[in-house]
Amino acid sequence: MKRWPILACMLAMAIAWPAAASAQMLVNGAGATFPYPIYSKWFEEYIKVDPEVRFNYQSIGSGGGIRQITERTVDFGASDGPMTDEQLKKAPGELFHIPTVLGAVVATYNLPGSPKLSFTGEVLADIFLGKITKWNDDRIKALNPSTTLPNQPIIVVHRSDGSGTTYIWVDYLSKVSPEWDQKVGRGTSVSWPVGLGGKGNEGVAGQVKLAPGSLGYVELAYAVTNKLPAASIRNQAGKFIEPSIESTTAAAAGAAKNMPDDFRVSMTNAPGADAYPVASFTWLLVYKDQPNEAKGRAIVKFLWWAIHDGQKHPAALLYAPLPAPVVKQIEAKIKLITYSGKPILAAQ
Amino acid sequence: MLVASVSQAGTADTPPPARVARRMGIGFGDRLFGLGLTGAAWIVVLLAVALITALGWEAREAIVKFGWRFLFTSSWDPVQGRFGALPFIYGTLVSAFLALAIAVPLSLGAAIFLAELAPGWIRPPIAFLIEMLAAVPSVVYGLWGIFVLVPWLRDWVEPFLASSLGFLPLFQGPPYGIGMLAAGVILAIMVVPYITSVSREVLLAVPGSQREAALGIGATRWETTRIAVLRYGRSGLVGAILLGLGRALGETMAVTMVIGNRPEVALSLFAPGYTMASVIANEFTEATSEIYVSALVEIGLLLLLITIAVNGLARLLVWSVGGPASGGRE
Amino acid sequence: MSSRRFVSSTMSVLTCLSAIVAVLPLLLILGFLLVKGASAVNLDFFLHLPKPVGEPGGGVANAIVGSLVMIGLAVAVGLPIGISGGVYLADSRDRHLPWAVRFIADVLNGVPSIVVGIFAYTLVVLPMRRFSALAGGLALGFILIPIVLRTTEEMVRLVPNALREAGLGLGIPRWRVTLRIVLPAARAGILTGVMVAVARIAGETAPLLFTALGNRFWHQGLDQPIAALPLQIYAYAIAPYDDWHRQAWAGALVLITLVFLASLAARVATRGRTIAH
Repeated sequence: MKRWPILACMLAMAIAWPAAASAQMLVNGAGATFPYPIYSKWFEEYIKVDPEVRFNYQSIGSGGGIRQITERTVDFGASDGPMTDEQLKKAPGELFHIPTVLGAVVATYNLPGSPKLSFTGEVLADIFLGKITKWNDDRIKALNPSTTLPNQPIIVVHRSDGSGTTYIWVDYLSKVSPEWDQKVGRGTSVSWPVGLGGKGNEGVAGQVKLAPGSLGYVELAYAVTNKLPAASIRNQAGKFIEPSIESTTAAAAGAAKNMPDDFRVSMTNAPGADAYPVASFTWLLVYKDQPNEAKGRAIVKFLWWAIHDGQKHPAALLYAPLPAPVVKQIEAKIKLITYSGKPILAAQ
Repeated sequence: MLVASVSQAGTADTPPPARVARRMGIGFGDRLFGLGLTGAAWIVVLLAVALITALGWEAREAIVKFGWRFLFTSSWDPVQGRFGALPFIYGTLVSAFLALAIAVPLSLGAAIFLAELAPGWIRPPIAFLIEMLAAVPSVVYGLWGIFVLVPWLRDWVEPFLASSLGFLPLFQGPPYGIGMLAAGVILAIMVVPYITSVSREVLLAVPGSQREAALGIGATRWETTRIAVLRYGRSGLVGAILLGLGRALGETMAVTMVIGNRPEVALSLFAPGYTMASVIANEFTEATSEIYVSALVEIGLLLLLITIAVNGLARLLVWSVGGPASGGRE
Repeated sequence: MSSRRFVSSTMSVLTCLSAIVAVLPLLLILGFLLVKGASAVNLDFFLHLPKPVGEPGGGVANAIVGSLVMIGLAVAVGLPIGISGGVYLADSRDRHLPWAVRFIADVLNGVPSIVVGIFAYTLVVLPMRRFSALAGGLALGFILIPIVLRTTEEMVRLVPNALREAGLGLGIPRWRVTLRIVLPAARAGILTGVMVAVARIAGETAPLLFTALGNRFWHQGLDQPIAALPLQIYAYAIAPYDDWHRQAWAGALVLITLVFLASLAARVATRGRTIAH
């Protein structure tokens, strides 16, 4: 029984620790892995702006973000698949989708020499449907005549968790492949005909990196930071576009013109000569009526910072900043966030 | 007086009569103490009941909607709201039994070696090492699995198996590395130290008199082990194996990291699969519809019931063995 | 006679080989941990908080503390129940309750930790409306109880009846016999069981996925999300960043060392006070 004193010490330490550490307010959020690189950068930078607050963000997937904010076990959620009307109805209060950045979902792969490949939406759909199974399939060869493709099975990698990145990807596939639309459809979690599952963008990138012959879909930042190639995809205008900040921004141009009031818009297969076809906004999910005044104020101030000063950070991580007209719209929305009926921002 | 007290001290059925009890000092202290102990026992019962109730309650929607089909259907379609648990049940059972197939001979052999046949000087270090292996956390096994075991399987073992035993449906299909075989091997490694150390404890608990009796009539070391020790400790050994099975069935992290997360029943050991524990780990925090959550909790409930069945079987086996060795336990 | 000896020798060799093969993975794992993780283990690693994606450096200080906190909670809650229950089972004369408790403890021992996670999520996280260290600690305690209970029972049973009878014969009340004679005699075994249980929960990740959630910073109280070493290792292991992989190996090395030291401490603390096995 000599362990009791040690245990007592540990417990005392555990309880006393928060007092010992400086008393900051912790705001918890969870959700999409798609924007995790830029969010983790933002939350680190924001400590300099407001040292009193810490934003703890856990990247568990968009599905997780939607579920947890609906159950109010976190203070804000994050998702790149917009919530459906049904999901919004289930939330105990009105939820706002606040766009933060734009990103691109890319097809990434592991082949010797990392050649630059081009695909069309139809070919990608057929690969993910399991109809094209080998790298040296005629249709892939036709799109990439100057590359030698190995006679190897394609190891398809998809998400095993509920994912906004998945939503963006299958939303695109549904638009370009009627067979996909009918057989599989859209959602943050779908019934994949073939492939291995990885957890989070991290898991898919990790899996592709490990296994030669793999093909998966990840957010652009994940491909680049891991030195994985990103394929060019043919857009609606017929051009093969490489994913980049410019092509993502081009895709946003069309969406920005017709931005709905609740910001739930799909940007995939966007019109425009230079638009990358698999791009999307990503949203933070916050309640219109904040339950906690201090946290609500912290969240609102952070959102304001994120859409203004914060927008100088995304480019380094290959996310595209928000188009200016959209920022104006978001400002109006943020001003609507209230505590006990009173708008928080106006009280500044 | 000592003899009288002990003989009147009550049998398994009847507490001692009051005057004897008082003389023996079964007074207030004992009653309080007994109450405390019984209270702890009831808490344990309560926890189990609460567990099953909570799971059953959360799973009710899926149970009502899918009924028995849940156990036999393979579709796992959150978009359409159609859920069937067959691939997960299959994956869980196959990976666990594969693990036992590899682990049990190794563990029992090692336990016997440590408890009976090894020279004295070598026992403590090896026993120590095996206990340390039992302490390695599952996520560390998973980490090692992803970066060491899987590439080894993918580049060496699976191609070898495919070329030599490829006529069996067990070893067909592209060698991903990630998949059922990886899960089975990792589980085996995880379960070996568990079975070994508990078996070793059991064997060591066998009284020396048993061994002496056998040696006295001229048995060799192995015969002593076989006749006197193993037989005596048989129920304990079965218990150890079933503890191992239980661990294998419920193991989550290491398996999730190497099994491929694919909800499909496939005969080949090379194919990716999914276990009940893994699907819950991956999808629970994100299931966005009531029926989805309910289906996942129902899988949790199923996993729990399979576990109970395994443990129940364990107890039956222990009872059927009979003899003085197993009499101590109910 | 010689064929029997031959069989005996062969079995000795086979079992020896089994023992070697059983131990081999440990050496492989430790080897890889050292080779891949040692380079990332430095003072920073222990003292600092994690850095954002893509920036090298940072550490797992909050994860280490978080794990210790939750283990402490689990032991504080689970140890009394587990040991009391174990003693109850070993000494009770009732007909039905011990049978039920034993059966249930065996069953609970086999409950997958992920199911315990669901249970803790439903009973603690949802009503509290937040992820917390408390939920994580309670989930771990739930796992600890049956392990400690059964090992305690077994170890208490192994104490020879002669000791009990001697105590009773001296007129000592039953409860004192149990507390002051039987339990100390079984102490080594019980503690080893407890250490095995603690080592098990120290490495548990699954039940923490939906209870503690994880935290990039220091926790702000037991009712807030908290980091844990195994959670951090998992997150880093499945990520694609090489720097995170190195930290995963390093974290695993640290975790194993902590567990290893705890086991060692238990052995040292009980040396010389035990009945020879």
